[in-house]
Amino acid sequence: MRMPAFRPEELLIVTIARMLDGLRHVAVGASSPIPGAAALLARQRCGDRLHVSLLGSRRNNAFTDGGRELFDCAAQGRIDAFFLGGAQIDGQANINLVGIGEYPNCKVRFPGSFGSSYLYFLIPRVILFCLEHSRRVLVPRVDFVSAPGVSPANVFRPGGPYALVTDRCVFDFDKTTRRFRLASVHPAETVDSVREHTGFQFDLPDDVPQTPAPGETDLAMLRGAVGEEIAEVYPAFAARVWSLETVAATPRPSAGNQP
Amino acid sequence: MLMTRFLDNVDQLAREVPNRGSLAVPPDYSGCAMAAVRALIRRGARDLHLLGIPQLGFQGDMLIGAGCVSVLEAAALTLGEFGAAPRFIAALKSGAIRMRDSTCPAIHAGLQAAEKGIPFMPLRGILDSDVLAHRDDWKIVDNPFTDDDPMVALPAIRPTVALFHAPLADRRGNVWIGVRRELMLAAHASECTLVSAEEITDIDLLDDERYAPGTIPALYVSAIAAAPNGAWPVGLAGRYPPDATHLARYVELAQTEDGFRRYLDEHVFDANANAGVQA
Repeated sequence: MRMPAFRPEELLIVTIARMLDGLRHVAVGASSPIPGAAALLARQRCGDRLHVSLLGSRRNNAFTDGGRELFDCAAQGRIDAFFLGGAQIDGQANINLVGIGEYPNCKVRFPGSFGSSYLYFLIPRVILFCLEHSRRVLVPRVDFVSAPGVSPANVFRPGGPYALVTDRCVFDFDKTTRRFRLASVHPAETVDSVREHTGFQFDLPDDVPQTPAPGETDLAMLRGAVGEEIAEVYPAFAARVWSLETVAATPRPSAGNQP
Repeated sequence: MLMTRFLDNVDQLAREVPNRGSLAVPPDYSGCAMAAVRALIRRGARDLHLLGIPQLGFQGDMLIGAGCVSVLEAAALTLGEFGAAPRFIAALKSGAIRMRDSTCPAIHAGLQAAEKGIPFMPLRGILDSDVLAHRDDWKIVDNPFTDDDPMVALPAIRPTVALFHAPLADRRGNVWIGVRRELMLAAHASECTLVSAEEITDIDLLDDERYAPGTIPALYVSAIAAAPNGAWPVGLAGRYPPDATHLARYVELAQTEDGFRRYLDEHVFDANANAGVQA
């Protein structure tokens, strides 16, 4: 079968959506068009048997008890998956949303930790998401721990890191070894290119597959109903990704797989 | 008896915010009293302890840039898709403000403690984060009902003033906020609640079952001023969208101190600009 042409964003959306199959409730924070589209696609894939809470949406945000409801909902175990990013992410899955350099005199300052310091503990499947897979972001040790990746045994922690999805690859997080393990590499990437651009040590299985390409059905849903729904919250993203001619994913010049 | 005072305009509302007091304001997606914030800048408010409910957007950047703020407590300050908040970042760098970094549920929990009239609220999560490490006012306590279950205790947050914009108020001083119930929480927790209202209606909001559940009773509301279009330029959900062109222009000008001063001259200090009339 001929592989359908797809955009890099579509690969990431479908890859994340697969991680949400079978869940009951997925919440998505602000400024997250790709995770948002993934949650909506996962809902389509299971015939609407998934509850999606998209912060910033009027249509897909059923919370009626103010800003605290998301957090209370998470603490009760009513949210199965969530997404967090980081200006830095390290090999123990600690994330930094605050700043680079020594806090409080950061050289570079970011908006702040938002709800990460809390939700990371309570939501079972937190998918870390990073669109700049580089040694600048994926570091040996974060400068500020907005939320720790792992906790001592006596800390109540039903939640934590499940995977790290980047623009180059997918890592799983192993809670026992407390390390990332390379799960798949995206088209045009290799184990070596991932290693070259990753600042932390990670585990490597004997065989690392390529991230599976999106299927025709997923692409059709994305380019139809999902694209229209996500446009409510992220019009610029939807216009950029789906109003243009779809093109095949092309190798990045900086992919590091050149001899 | 009418307990809520009705003021003529947002400049009178801004005079109710004391210098050196703590001022709680919502993020851009909730109801932001932007016209009243411009009035606060015009009146030269100083040394405010600004609290995000639980984070801040444009009004935070503007108040900080205008020198009204000495301490900022928030889970984040973000201009969302418009990028980094330039005056916030410049003020942290120069030391003009001190930030008490928090996390969203910690601020909600602190306000809930104040709402209940209790000294603190325990919360899950947060342990072993640098957010906690830098907050000497937060404590680790043991769950008294079981063994070896550490939790974080957040002290009650009782703002001097909560200031926000609502779509509707009635003539008795009741304020409809709909599903934006963090504004209800802020009103319950604060010593004084100041509201600018898009519209003042002749109906009694508490008489109408459709409005009553989303209405802050006048009991909690200190003063109201009518301010049509009062959330411009960040917008008011269900009424009018953000003015993206204007917000982009703000971010462009606010990159420098001079540019920010020019923005203030054109849109805050110029009396004709105060109407917030959208293009």
